[in-house]
Amino acid sequence: MFELLGVPPQALFGQLLLGLINGSFYAMLSLGLAIIFGLLNIINFTHGAQYMMGAFVAWMMLNYLGIGYWPALLLAPILVGLTGVVIERLLISRLYNLDHLYGLLLTFGLALIIQGLFRNEFGSSGLPYQIPQSLQGGYNLGFMFLPMYRGWVVVFSLIVCIATWLIIEKTRLGAYLRAATENPALVGAFGINVPRLVTITYGVGVGLAALAGVLAAPIYSVNPNMGADLIIVVFAVVVIGGMGSILGAIVTGFGLGLIEGLTKVFYPEAAATVIFIIMIIVLLIKPAGLFGRTA
Amino acid sequence: MSAPANSISEQAGGAVLARGGESAASLHRILILIMIVALIALPWFVYPVFLMKVLCFALFACAFNLLLGYGGLLSFGHAAYFGGASYVAAHAAKVWGLTPELAILTGTAAAAAMGTVFGALAIRRQGIYFAMITLALAQMIYFFSLQAPFTGGEDGIQSVPRNPLFGVIDMRDDINLYFFVAAIFLGGFLLIYRIIHSPFGQVLKAIRDNEARAISLGYRVNQYKLAVFVLSATLAGVAGATKSMVFQLASLTDVHWTMSGEVVLMTLVGGMGTIFGPIAGAIVIVSMQNYLAQLGAWVTVVQGVIFVACVLLFREGIVGVLSRRLRLPL
Repeated sequence: MFELLGVPPQALFGQLLLGLINGSFYAMLSLGLAIIFGLLNIINFTHGAQYMMGAFVAWMMLNYLGIGYWPALLLAPILVGLTGVVIERLLISRLYNLDHLYGLLLTFGLALIIQGLFRNEFGSSGLPYQIPQSLQGGYNLGFMFLPMYRGWVVVFSLIVCIATWLIIEKTRLGAYLRAATENPALVGAFGINVPRLVTITYGVGVGLAALAGVLAAPIYSVNPNMGADLIIVVFAVVVIGGMGSILGAIVTGFGLGLIEGLTKVFYPEAAATVIFIIMIIVLLIKPAGLFGRTA
Repeated sequence: MSAPANSISEQAGGAVLARGGESAASLHRILILIMIVALIALPWFVYPVFLMKVLCFALFACAFNLLLGYGGLLSFGHAAYFGGASYVAAHAAKVWGLTPELAILTGTAAAAAMGTVFGALAIRRQGIYFAMITLALAQMIYFFSLQAPFTGGEDGIQSVPRNPLFGVIDMRDDINLYFFVAAIFLGGFLLIYRIIHSPFGQVLKAIRDNEARAISLGYRVNQYKLAVFVLSATLAGVAGATKSMVFQLASLTDVHWTMSGEVVLMTLVGGMGTIFGPIAGAIVIVSMQNYLAQLGAWVTVVQGVIFVACVLLFREGIVGVLSRRLRLPL
């Protein structure tokens, strides 16, 4: 067996794949955060809890209703997205003319409520979620073994990210969205229902988080705390990438996942902190973020 | 942001202002005297360990309020300084055998150093980014505490000895320890009070209310922001280091992001940008945690509900409302 940089290739590529998977979650979550921030001007602290809800809804569908992975992949994000719509209408919409920081505090409180409720109901230990029949097994690529499900997660999230980017950049709805981000009053004057656009945007952003949660369910165990620590890493990703650009969020997410995977191979002690260290370096060199616009 | 405070009202001539200046200062003097009397009397009526817990969190919240209420900077990572200092102080007392006052000083110095580095990084961005950066940096300290050899991982640093104060006073006696903690709290509170009412504090409020204007008036805004950040982190460190002496324990709870959230909650409940608000907030939240302790994860849910309710309905906080109703600057 040959070695690459003193590391067996199985380990190297295995960690790189895991890095890519984490990267796809970072990308989907920071994408949702960026879309929500663009229009609502709040940082959605509930994002991690909503990612966790996606995984739990898929788990509950399977265990209580017998609904499998494929329908859940569609239904869970829609359901969680709808709860997002309710939250936006009932609570967040009351804060738009206040300081942005209140939005952060409100969504932080919501995250505590959601996580606490799930912890009461399901405890803190993880619940298993089976990989669907059609994605079990894997391929031997010669230099590594590729589990089919993991390959699917990377490819599918890449497709979702690119589709979201295309919708925002190339469609009429996306044009409304971008216009409303720049100047909501003017867009409203053209007869577009901006408050509804805001609600839909929040719902879609939340749905993206839930979709990532469903994808994560078979890889990581379904656990009430699964989103809490992840969201902080995603915040660092957002600071590194800057929230000005959708494509930037995607590239930064995948890139940082890869770097984290590499760190796990070569210097495992730093794997948990490497993204924060990169954040510090970016703040020193380019405070606005790699793809950010200067405020 | 609610912008009560003296800077505007003293010049403008509102209701609060009629009593501003000299009479506000004498009112505060009376309230502080009442507080001192209460501090002396309370340990004979209430369990001293509970009181010490409240005092540690009250100082923590006051330090946080200095940054948020007067500097206008929302740090979501103050657990790093609170918990970091508690680890260092616990280590100093247990492994190096330092006396409590020296252990607390060591912990505080660590928090000040951390605050200087993290503050310098975080003030490079504003608003929401500032909150996210402080949170991410604090999470780094959390992971460090989880892995570092001297922090004891999941167990934390347990059974920290209560060495004799100055080498002579027995700290194993709860009442002695209580008066030591009360003195630290009072010292920290009076320092914060002094900072708020100094020319430095007035400039801080100006920056909070209108940063562009403060810049155009020639103030080096970033130096002021960094200074208040370091002061706040240092005083949070005093609170954390003292807490590790009281509970003889430094653990991951103190560096976790939930702790950063709790101090935000205390300040919010009590009233941001008020002098006595954080104390009221700490009393409410710590008492609530004590009464609801057996309910497990419901405490998190209740805290979340209070957060949401405060943001939507009660942004001024307890003391903020009192201050408006009574037309007194509290």
